[in-house]
Amino acid sequence: MNVPAAWYLVLAALLFGIGAFGVMTRRSALIMFMCLELMLNAVNLTFVTFSRTLSDIGGQAAVFFVMVVAAAEVTVGLGIVVSVFRRRSSTSVDELSEMKG
Amino acid sequence: MIATAYAIPDVLVFLTSALLILVGAVGVLAMRNPVHSALSLILALFGVAVAFVAQSADFLAAVQIIVYAGAIVVLFLFVIMFLGVDRRETVRVEPLVGQRVFAGVGVLITVAGLITLFARSHWVTGAIAVSSSGQPLATGSKNVTQIGTAVFTTYLFAFEATAALLIVAVVGAVLLARRERAADAEGSQS
Repeated sequence: MNVPAAWYLVLAALLFGIGAFGVMTRRSALIMFMCLELMLNAVNLTFVTFSRTLSDIGGQAAVFFVMVVAAAEVTVGLGIVVSVFRRRSSTSVDELSEMKG
Repeated sequence: MIATAYAIPDVLVFLTSALLILVGAVGVLAMRNPVHSALSLILALFGVAVAFVAQSADFLAAVQIIVYAGAIVVLFLFVIMFLGVDRRETVRVEPLVGQRVFAGVGVLITVAGLITLFARSHWVTGAIAVSSSGQPLATGSKNVTQIGTAVFTTYLFAFEATAALLIVAVVGAVLLARRERAADAEGSQS
């Protein structure tokens, strides 16, 4: 029989944790976006695993939509990064501090 | 012990995908050069695609390779090259004192919570009988038929909304990329 779903779920949890750690510690906006992709993929893996366990195609359809939204998010996000880079020649999020009180 | 309980090929596929995913994910974190991070991201995404195939989500695995590794990572690499930020970032310094420690503790709590939640997954997903179709998931080309039927019937509204979202994203990206030039034009006129 196939390996139990719990293995894939633990793997997805670890992937999510690594992605979250990257978002919290790295300060290049580009790397933060990549870590965001890792977190989205962890959730996709969870969806597919539960889809298999529950024999419900709805989980895979949800992954399909998550992928589309992730593509749109990356497009707009990288547009913002390019726009910010033109003004300050840096992608470090630490330097975006004009609104600090 | 494991091999007696589960088929060896399945275990090997799982171990391969786990290795690809974890090595790739840690690589995204640890590499100093953004280009190397992007290449590690491809590794992790490929591992997720392997996990998809192992769980009879063939169509999604293909989309994962084509859309993620083929389009999104290429977009990342394009922006990295375009901005010329492919020099090494210093990861040794830590501007906020104790940031990594707090992040590590937060991540540990999150992962522990997630695993606890997964161990009690019937709390959030309901019993197996809740499954809407009730039919076992098909593999191969039947998988495409099944997911296509679901997307174009049950989730038709979400599909249409996705189309609108993509148009908005494309228009937004074009506007963001063109703003500087428009500002220059206004500046030269005045």
